[in-house]
Order: sequence, then C-alpha cells, then structure tokens
Amino acid sequence: MEQKKYWQNLGELNNTEGYQKLLNDEFQEDLPLVEDRKGLLDAKAPRRDFLKYVGFSTAAAAIAAGCEMPVRKSIPYLNKPESLTPGEAQYYATTYTAEGEVVPLVAKVRDGRPIKVDGNPDSLLTGNSGGSSARVQASVLDLYDTARLRYPVEMVNGEPKEVPLFDAIDKKIAGEIGGNVVLLTSTVNSPSTKQVISEFFAKFPAGRHVQYDAISYSGILEANQASYGKRAIPSYHFDKAKVIIGLDADFLGTWLSSEEFATQYAAGRKIDDANLQMSKHIQFEGILSLTGANADDRFLHKPSESGAVALNILAKLGGNVSAPALQDEKLKKGIDMAVSFINSNKGASLVVSGSNDPAVQVVVNAINELAGSNGTTISWSNPAQTKLGVDSEMAQLVADMKSGSVQTLLIQEANPAYNYPDAEGFKEGLAKVKLSVSFNDRADETSALCNYIIPHHHYLESWGDAEGRTAFISFQQPTISPLFKTRYFQTSLLKWSGNNTDYEDYFRNYWITKLGSESALDQALQNGIMEPAAETITAAPYSDAGLAEAASKAGALKGGEGLEVVLYQKVSLGSGAAANNPWLQEMPDPISRATWDNYAMISYDLAKELNIKLDDHYEVEVHKPVVEFTIDGKVVELPILAIPGMHPRVIAIAVGYGRSEGAGIAANAVGYNAYPLVKIEGGNRKYVNEASAYKKLSGTYDIAYTQTHNQYEGRKEVVKEYSLADYKKNPDHIVHEREHLAKDFAPKTHNFRDDATLYPVYEFPGAHWGMSIDLNACMGCGACTIACTAENNVSVVGKSEVLRAHEMHWLRIDRYYASYRDNTEGDNLNVVFMPMLCQHCDNAPCENVCPVSATNHSTEGLNQMAYNRCIGTRYCANNCPYKVRRFNWADYTGADSFGDNQKTTGVGKLDPAVFQMNEDLTRMVLNPDVTVRSRGVIEKCSFCVQRLQDAKLKAKKENDPSLIRDVKTACMQACSTNAIVFGNVNDKESRIYKVRNEEQKRRTYYALEMIHVLPNVSYLAKIRNTDRPVGVVNGSHANEAAAAENAHG
Amino acid sequence: MSYRSTVKAILFRLSIVVFSCFFVVAVASAQEGRAIFNQKCATCHALDKKVVGPPLSGFESKGPWSDRQKLYEWVRNPFAFREKDAYVQNLIKEYNGVVMTGNADLTDAQIDAIVDYINNPPVAKKPDTPGEQKVPESDNTLLFGLLTLILAVIALTLLQVNSNLRKMSDDKEGIPAQEPVPFYRNKMYIALTIIALFVLGGYLTIQGAVGLGRQTNYEPEQPIYYSHKVHAGINQISCLYCHTGAQQGKQALIPSVNVCMNCHMAVNEYTKGPDLYKADGSQVNGTAEIKKLYEYAGWDEATQSYTGKGKPIEWVRIHNLPDHVYFNHSQHVVVGEQQCQTCHGNITEMDEVKQFSDLSMGWCINCHRTTKVQFDNKFYSIYEKFHEDIRNKKIDSVTVEMIGGLECQKCHY
Repeated sequence: MEQKKYWQNLGELNNTEGYQKLLNDEFQEDLPLVEDRKGLLDAKAPRRDFLKYVGFSTAAAAIAAGCEMPVRKSIPYLNKPESLTPGEAQYYATTYTAEGEVVPLVAKVRDGRPIKVDGNPDSLLTGNSGGSSARVQASVLDLYDTARLRYPVEMVNGEPKEVPLFDAIDKKIAGEIGGNVVLLTSTVNSPSTKQVISEFFAKFPAGRHVQYDAISYSGILEANQASYGKRAIPSYHFDKAKVIIGLDADFLGTWLSSEEFATQYAAGRKIDDANLQMSKHIQFEGILSLTGANADDRFLHKPSESGAVALNILAKLGGNVSAPALQDEKLKKGIDMAVSFINSNKGASLVVSGSNDPAVQVVVNAINELAGSNGTTISWSNPAQTKLGVDSEMAQLVADMKSGSVQTLLIQEANPAYNYPDAEGFKEGLAKVKLSVSFNDRADETSALCNYIIPHHHYLESWGDAEGRTAFISFQQPTISPLFKTRYFQTSLLKWSGNNTDYEDYFRNYWITKLGSESALDQALQNGIMEPAAETITAAPYSDAGLAEAASKAGALKGGEGLEVVLYQKVSLGSGAAANNPWLQEMPDPISRATWDNYAMISYDLAKELNIKLDDHYEVEVHKPVVEFTIDGKVVELPILAIPGMHPRVIAIAVGYGRSEGAGIAANAVGYNAYPLVKIEGGNRKYVNEASAYKKLSGTYDIAYTQTHNQYEGRKEVVKEYSLADYKKNPDHIVHEREHLAKDFAPKTHNFRDDATLYPVYEFPGAHWGMSIDLNACMGCGACTIACTAENNVSVVGKSEVLRAHEMHWLRIDRYYASYRDNTEGDNLNVVFMPMLCQHCDNAPCENVCPVSATNHSTEGLNQMAYNRCIGTRYCANNCPYKVRRFNWADYTGADSFGDNQKTTGVGKLDPAVFQMNEDLTRMVLNPDVTVRSRGVIEKCSFCVQRLQDAKLKAKKENDPSLIRDVKTACMQACSTNAIVFGNVNDKESRIYKVRNEEQKRRTYYALEMIHVLPNVSYLAKIRNTDRPVGVVNGSHANEAAAAENAHG
Repeated sequence: MSYRSTVKAILFRLSIVVFSCFFVVAVASAQEGRAIFNQKCATCHALDKKVVGPPLSGFESKGPWSDRQKLYEWVRNPFAFREKDAYVQNLIKEYNGVVMTGNADLTDAQIDAIVDYINNPPVAKKPDTPGEQKVPESDNTLLFGLLTLILAVIALTLLQVNSNLRKMSDDKEGIPAQEPVPFYRNKMYIALTIIALFVLGGYLTIQGAVGLGRQTNYEPEQPIYYSHKVHAGINQISCLYCHTGAQQGKQALIPSVNVCMNCHMAVNEYTKGPDLYKADGSQVNGTAEIKKLYEYAGWDEATQSYTGKGKPIEWVRIHNLPDHVYFNHSQHVVVGEQQCQTCHGNITEMDEVKQFSDLSMGWCINCHRTTKVQFDNKFYSIYEKFHEDIRNKKIDSVTVEMIGGLECQKCHY
C-alpha cells in the first residue's frame, strides 16, 4: 500500500492492525447496556433484566402521567431599568487582564450574566480583528469558578476561617501592618493602580513594590536596557516583515501578546490572485511548538545551542563577533538560509527570540540592528507594558524574606509558592514574615500560607484600566455585580494607607481629572479603549556596548551529548493560573492533541533508544510508557508522548500543571508541576535544564489524547498543500482537479453538483449558508474550539471519558504531519492544521440514515439536528464521512430528570470536573439561547443557528436584507487571523461569495468532494513558502476520484 | 412598476385619503377622544381630581384655554408656550415646577376629540348580571349520539330478524336447528365488544398522553385580581403599553410594577366598571385589589410617595413553552404583524387570563402552513424565485411554510 503523505498518528502512517480496527468501528465500544460486554442475549439474566427495564419504564410513565404540571412563577422587575429588555443580550466594552496580559474585549451579557467575551474589534491590540485566544475565550468561565473564595478569610492553623466584616479585617491588619512592607504583584500596568500603589508607599516609605511574572521576560528587559537604554519590550510588527526568524519563540502560541502577533503574522501570509506574495518564516527550535508547526522551514537545535545559533547568524550578517562552530550540517544550512533571506530583505525582517538569557537577547538585538529592523518591524514608540518583572528583584525579595527583614508581605495575582523555581525558599521566607495578606481569588498554593486572604474581584466584576502598550489605554467596567464578598485590592491598599475612598470612586476621579469631564470618561468606557489612531513606528538609539561580553557568554557551549529539557507553556493553560478551567483542560493541545495532562514529549529516536515500541498498544489503546528522568537532582516520573519534529536529544515538559487542592477541583492533581525544574542561572530564570539520567519504567499511564479519534475511514487526505513556487507555476491545479471530477461524474453536462447524483436536487430560495476556512491563515491555536464551547454549551466530559473517545467538541482542529517517504522526522516535517466541523452537506449521508428524521436539511442549507427527536441510534455518526457528530454517552450536563444517567458503565462515576461544570454557579455561564443536551442524543455544529436566526430577525425588523451580512459564527468571531469567512452564498455581495468565486477561486476546495456530499464548508489550500517538496510530489493529484473509489471499495 | 401594482398603489393612497377624511369628520368624537386620552393623558391627568397634573373637567373656562389655537400650541410644545403665558407659569409653580410632557404628534382633530371627551365623558353604566348573556352554542353531540343509538338498535334488530328468518327457512328445509346462543355468549358479539373497547381505550390513552403537559384553559388564581377586560377591553389600553417586550424581543414581558403605577398613582379606586367576579363566582372588590398593588409598589397614598419597601409581584405563569422551544414575540408581532388575539384569544373579554391555545407543536405548525408572510418586507427580497413566481402569477402569496417555517431549527436549537 502506498504510504500516506499526510498522517495524524503512527497507526495511520504504518497502517497497523489496531488502526484498521479503529477505522472499522466508529464507536470504540459496544452499547453500555450490559456490564460484562457479552451482548444482551448472552448475558446472565437477560429476561429478568428485560422485565426490570419494562417495569421501570412503566412505573416512570405512570408517575409522569400522575404528576401535575408544576406551578411556575413569572416575576417581573419592581422597577425595570429602561435600557434593558429581559431576554435580549447587552454588550459592554471591557478588558481582559491576567498577569499583565491585556486584551480589550466586548462582553455579552444576558439577563445580568456575562456569558461570552470576544476581542474588541476597534482596538489595535487585537489587530482590529476582534479575535482572541482560547484563554481569553475561556476566562468568562473563571468568573463562575467554584474554587473562588466567597468571603475574606483568616487562615487559622492552615484552615480558612471566614471574617464576616471587612471592617474587622481592616482593624486587625491596621494593628499588624508596618515595618518593611513589600507588595508582590504580577505586572501592574493600570495607571490608576500605579498611583494607588505610589500613595500607599508614601505612607510606608520603607517598603517597596516587587513585580513578579510567572513566566519571566526578564532577559529581554535587561538586554534592552543594555542595547537601547530602556528596560522595556518594544512592539513587534510581524505584518511589516517579509522575513521572520523565530529563535525558540512561540510567538503564535504563548510568547508575549500572541493573539496580536497572530493577526499580524496572518496578514503577511494571506495570499490571493492579485498578490502572490507571502512572508518567509524560518524557525529554529528544539521542540515542536505551535509557531514551529506553522513555519515554512524549521531547523532543530538543542536549547544549549540557542546562543550559538544567534551568534552564527550575527557573525554571518557581518557582526563583529566570533561564533562557535556548530556541528549539525542541516542547522548550518538553516543559518545560511536565514542569513541570505535577511540580507536580501534588509529593513523588512524580524528576528525574535524566546530565550530568557539576557546575553542571547543582546545578540538578537544586534542581529535586528544589522537587519535594519529597529524602526521598521520593531517599534519603540509604544513599548509593551505587559511584562515588567525583573528576576533579580524577586531573588532579592526571597533573600530578604529568608533573612527576616520583611515584616509585611502583600500578594496580588502572584503565586510564587507554586510557580517560582525556588518555591521552597519562598515558603521558608514567608514563614518568617510577620503579616502576610493575599488578594488572590482562591486559596491557592501561596494564599494558603498567608495570614489573610482578601479576594480581589474577577475582571468582569471590576472597574479598572490597563495600559497594555504605552498610550494604549483599555478600560474595564463591571458586567455583573460582584458574586461574592470580594473587594478591590486597591481599596484595601487605600484603606490601609489611611484613605477611605473606594477604588471605584478613586478610578472615576482619576480619569475624570485626566479626561476633563465625566461625560468624556463615560464615552471612553463605552468605547472601552483609548488608543492612537494608527501605529507609529520609531527606532530607538542603539548601543553595542554590551555586545562583546554578551557574545562571549552566549557563545559558551554548555552541555554535551546529554538530554536537555525544555519547559514550555501549553497554548491552552499558559502559566497555569487558569488551570481550574475545565474548558481549557479539555482543549486538545494543538501539537500533541492531548487533554487533561502534561507529559514529556520526546522524539522517535529517543523512544527507540529507550526501547519503547510505538505500536498499537501505545497509539491506539493509549497506554503510554512511563520514563523516569533525573533532572537537576530531582527524580521525575513522566509518561511520554513521542512527537515527530522534536530534536532527538531534547524532551519537553509543560508548566502550569500539578496544582494544589486550593486551586480547584478541575486543576487539582492534574499532571505534574514542572516549575521546580526551571533553572535559576546568573540571576535569571531559564526554562531549560538537563536530564542527567533516564530510564524506562515498567508501568504505563493513560493519556487522554484525541489524535486517534474521528478517523476518515481510510479515505485519501483531506488537506491540500502546495509550495509557493509550485502554486505560482500552476495556480489552477485545484481548479483543474475539480473540472476533472466534474467530467468524470457528469460526463454530459459537467455539472458536478446537479448531475453527478441519483438524489434529487434541492433549491435554496432564500439564504444558503456557507463557510470558507483558509488553511494558510489557520494557526491551529484553538480559540475557535473554546469559543464554540462557550457559545453552544458544549459539555465537558472529563479525562476518563476522553480516553474512551467521548469528547464533545463540535469543532476540532485536525493536526496532520506531512513527511517525505522515508523521512518522517525532525526538520523535514510539515504540519498542517485543519479545523473540522459539521460540513452541512447539501447531500448529507447522515440525514438519509436517521430512522426518525431527527437530522434533516433546511431550505437554508443547514444540516439540522432536533435533539428531542433523536433516539440515539448513532447511525448518522457512523455514516458521517467527516466524523463530526458527537454522542452524549452520559448525562454530562445534569439536564436529565433521572440522576442515574450520570453514571456510566465502565468508568463508574464521571470525573469531578464534570460535576464542577454542573454546579448552579458554573451553569450561569450557559447560553440560554442554546438547548442543553441530555443523555442519549447526538449533537454537532449548528453553524451557530441561534445567531443566524437572530441576524435574520434583525434584518426583518429593520427591513434591510444586507444586515445578515454582519452575521458571524462564534468560531469566526474568535479567530484572530480571520481564517474563517461565513455568510450567505446566494448573496453576490457577501464576503463568502467573493472569496469562493472571485478572490480565492483557485485555492478553494471541498474536503472529500468526490463523494458528492456537497459540503457547505470549503477550504483554501495551504501554501508554504519553501523550496522543499510539499504536498503530493509525484503528481498523483489528478486521480483523486479514482483513488477515492479504491478507498471506498 | 407594473400596471397592476400602480393601480394598487393609487387605490391604496386614495383609500388613505378617504379614510382620513372620514376620520376627521366622523371619528372626532368623544369615543375616540377617550382612547387618545387614556393613551396620552391618563398617566398624569384625571377628569375630576388632582393627580400629577390638575383635573381637566371644565378646563376651558380657566386661563387661556377658551382659545383653541393656544391649546394646540400648549399641548404640542409646553416648554415654548410656558414662556409667554402667566397663567401657565403660575400653574407650574403650583405643581412644584413639573411641566407637562409635550405631544407633538397629536393632530388638531385629535386634540379636539380629547376636549370632546373631557366635556362629555360617557356615563359608565353598570351591567346587571356578572357575565354576559351567552348565546347557547349549537351542540350536535346529543343529536349524533341519539342517531347512533337508534341506528345501533336498528342494526341489532335487523341482525336478530335475519337470524330468525334463517332459522325459519332452515326449519322449512328440515335442517336441524342449532341450539340458540344468547347474545352475551355469542362469540361475534364478544369479539366486537372487545375490539370496540380496545379502540376506545387506545384512543383515550393516546389523547391523554398527547395532552400531558398541555394546559389549555389554565386559569390560575393570581396574587392580584387583574382584569384584562377592564384594562384592555373597557379602557382600551393598548396591549403594547404594558407588554413592551412583544415588539422588542422574545418575551412579551409582564410589566414591572412601576408601569402599573404610571396610571394607578391616579386611579386609586375601582368604582365605574362592572362588578368583578372570580372564576368560582365570588365577587371581587376592585379597589381592594388596587390597594394590594400599592402594597407591592411600596406606595404611600397618604403622602403620595414611595416608601422604598416595594417588592415584585409573583405572578403565576400561564403560558409555558418547553425549554427546547425558541419563541420570539417580536418575530410574530412586528415582522409577522400578528394580532395578540390570534394566539391569546379574546383577551379583552377575559377578566383573569386563561390559556386560549394549547401551544402544542401541531398548533404552531398548522398556523405556519396557512399564514401568509408579509412579503413586502425588504428582507424577503432575497427570495428572488418567489418574487418571480408572484410576478408570473404562479403563486399569489408565500406562506410561512414556503420559507422554511416548518423546519426543525426554526424553533429548536
């Protein structure tokens, strides 16, 4: 059998026995009716069971019949606010702030409850895209987190004790506060808060404010101090760069303001007939990151070589440094390639590095200087304010605490007992602090050790401001009254420094003074932002004074042949502050496709060396081998995931896992806390380390990963990818392919749609909804998956259920590896992301097989699903070629009247996280416009039909059909790269019509078009700007249809 | 524009002109005036007592109001008029500086009608009986039942006659007669009876099952006896005055207490309307019900001010749709231009409201099958094919069904 070009897992690549079985079984298990799985008739007592079931259903029916309808109340307002219509959504501009990160938002509020947030499209910080990241999308759920503290507490013998009155706590603290007061926070970029803090320290002049970021960017801050005389991070402009070189920087996933960068990056990579240009992206890294997966060319190096790589680039560009020689030939070639591209694009290239080593960053600054980036792609006019923590200050604080010279420690949004590498040292010091107060929202690792916890409001409950970049002000206004007895930490600071103003008033006064009037502030709050009209790009004076020293430091090659460890952040969890968010925990990682865990990612080579067989046991049955690593003297047992595209001598472990009980039910004990493995070297936190020893253990550990779920029954690849050169040579390849298909199937008329079928042809007299997804713009970040979850009440099923392939996401992002014949590994790997959702086929195979017509087609081209009609035969899911239908195996939402439906055979009870989602508090996040599904029914993407209906109603009320052009599905709205376009295909003025038939006609294709299901989702082929062979090399594209037939028959 | 539609348009305009003339001449009566008065003025004015504004009975004898032109000016723009009239300025002072809200949209004729009403308020008459004289509806059930019974007896007799005749002929031909079987042991009769009982039982069971959860004619007792007949019927208050949501969104909305108080600050007793009776026949004291409202609103009648101790009214919900049904009032009222009465029945005749329709899916579907879409709404211009069919006279109208009104995801998602 011919080897596949695009593959999702090893089983598929090697076509193993287990994989074949997987393809045959849509569902990986039998009906859970009988425990022993022998089938109904062979069971021990089928007759008695049958009688039991009959008896139960009769009794249930009798009870239901005997019950009277409950009396329901309808309680109107006493005094209805005039601007409010119950049942209609309201939108407020506000701002997401977390650990310094700033994303201007628009929050949707239904009947007083915020239920959805999206980027503010007016803001340059979201690149005017209105997009956001998965974490921002999920942050609305954090508001309803059951682990939030509901009142201020005093910790007595390790137990939280409620303090009923703020006055009481203030009185106690007033008696104890004093001496050397230290305020420890994550980055503070709120102008009014900064003023509160300075007033506070006017009262306590002996104290100081220490900013501490969970993930340190201290290296870049210090390097810029040396090179530009500014301890700041400039703003980057990936859209202005024709050449982008990433050195270990995951700028599309987790590095700095990744959603802003993703928008810019995508702008440089959009390609259409008018403009056959795109930027060139070369990535140097040790692990396969989301950014690396999107790169045109990728070169592998060990983390210890990152300084050497940067120095080699600098030296070849003509920098006055001596670069250490590198051994790897491929890597050397990569450096030459990078240098030649920079040389031919001076002033239009950008080099970014994710290293936290100031020496490396100084070298990178020198490269950017030579490349002419300073003032073209790097701007110093509005530097970023999102990360301001300096490592040496934190180290000093820990030392001071240990020596007992800190009397009072106030902690806001910082959790060093969890995420500081020397957490033990911090805890030791904390014990010596006389008064410690935490303003964190839960009794997390640090707060649990403090004397008092006075929880701060959630951002959706707060007034506030943030300055993500200098002069880019974003405002927060509350979208709901505080749910609990919480208080602004600013109010506490004001109070304790003798100012009885509440922060809300303080904030208003601050801005009224600044803006001149109350109405100006109200206007600013309504807009949510105050930003310069357009970006200005200016250079900063550069000095190479520190370069020589930095070069000698960066050039020192450490480490030999040993195994090196990279500690990375997952796109879903980030630093781990939001670890108690079940949506994020269940979001498949873009690369590994794993949920609910962290693990060690290793290369296939290392797996071979460890004698790990990557067979069906590993891949299809998901029992992952466990390896014991000795890292920095710490012995760590971790399950492994073998990932192609990893450096053979590098392993990667995600931080942000292994939270304590206080962090919440969903976060507790999930994964392993990798922060203690972070190395402090030369005063800086370095997210790399070495493993001195490693051995495979005998046990296995199950990782719930979705890589092997939802397979295409062995059908040919559904992704299409071309190299830029190939595409330029033959831009009509897809068009020809589709013409060919039409000729084959409709030889007389060449009308593929109407004449290549036995089925009747339906008309769509009004709207005909369609979607186009640009694979070139899709970065695989997963924001759409979470946006869909939030919009459509998609349930969380927990790890035990994901293991059984029961995950419910309506929209998954398939990750394909592409390799060339024998070379499946390393830098010769392409990764393609393909969002897969219900294709709303106009000739849908699922509809034909439903015995009760629960799924059927609408006159607007929607594949409709009527949950109340569904009897759960799952024939539709079997017959779906795209595998996008999801079955409710258990009552995940608590919607059923029978409690026993939450039990599932096999795993017994559902995971605690599922029950966390069913709490009354958590359920406040549900979208009231979408039905919550019960056990035993199929569900799937509805094209956000509630939004379509709403848009049509608005258009009818306004008497204006053009209004439906504004409709956006949740995934489209959340996408920061504008990869998704949606609309009415019948409308020739709509974006979707223009994309499909005019602007991007040549790249448009349908997944599995040859099976004539007539999907309403089209894709735009991916173009990779590389000289390597891409896509199917042997030119066998033309026989697609025949190949499909073979696969079928 | 085609010839046909031009003619249509002309006819339409002509009819408007004719109608408006009719309006000015004939409708400027006290009757019409009362409706406008209730809508525009009653919030602040009563005829014979001081409310937010002064009483209006005999107002023409005071101040400048004998001059109708001045009155028009004042009603449409009180703020401008205030500047040039001393009487009005004094009046405003007397009423703590509150100036009347302007009604720029009222025509001269309408203001005249209001004045007509104020001068000649219709004398409220009390009906003698609580209910109305009901015309007995013709009910044929009894007749049909009797007919069926007679036919059944005839059939039985005939059967008996038939068997007797056969017996006689058998006797004649010498065939030995079988032992006669009494009808209650006749297998044929027993089988027929069983089948009949089975069919009847099945029918009743299915009807019962289908009716589970449906509450037609549901008329619960409410915390306050609120009569739609008095408000919407006799006083002709527009439905949308209270149920504001019907035009804006999903729910029609039960009005909040402050909406009730807009009028009931002035209307503090029930004296003029007909006697009110509950469903069980007991009489209701309307004034006492208004006092209940004051209790909820926290309104102190003595000081004419709110005490701040109000609480919302817990009405019993009558119209319940299952959670998996999406229904939007504004779609039906604004876009579909449906009357409230279509679904809610003759609400202006109901004292306490009861559920008129069964709100079942079949009921929705049947209406969607027959109801015509307001196809002149520009939104529907996207249905080019139907417009063409109308032009070509293939169809004369478009029903809700034709634009997908029967599809699952119009209401379930």
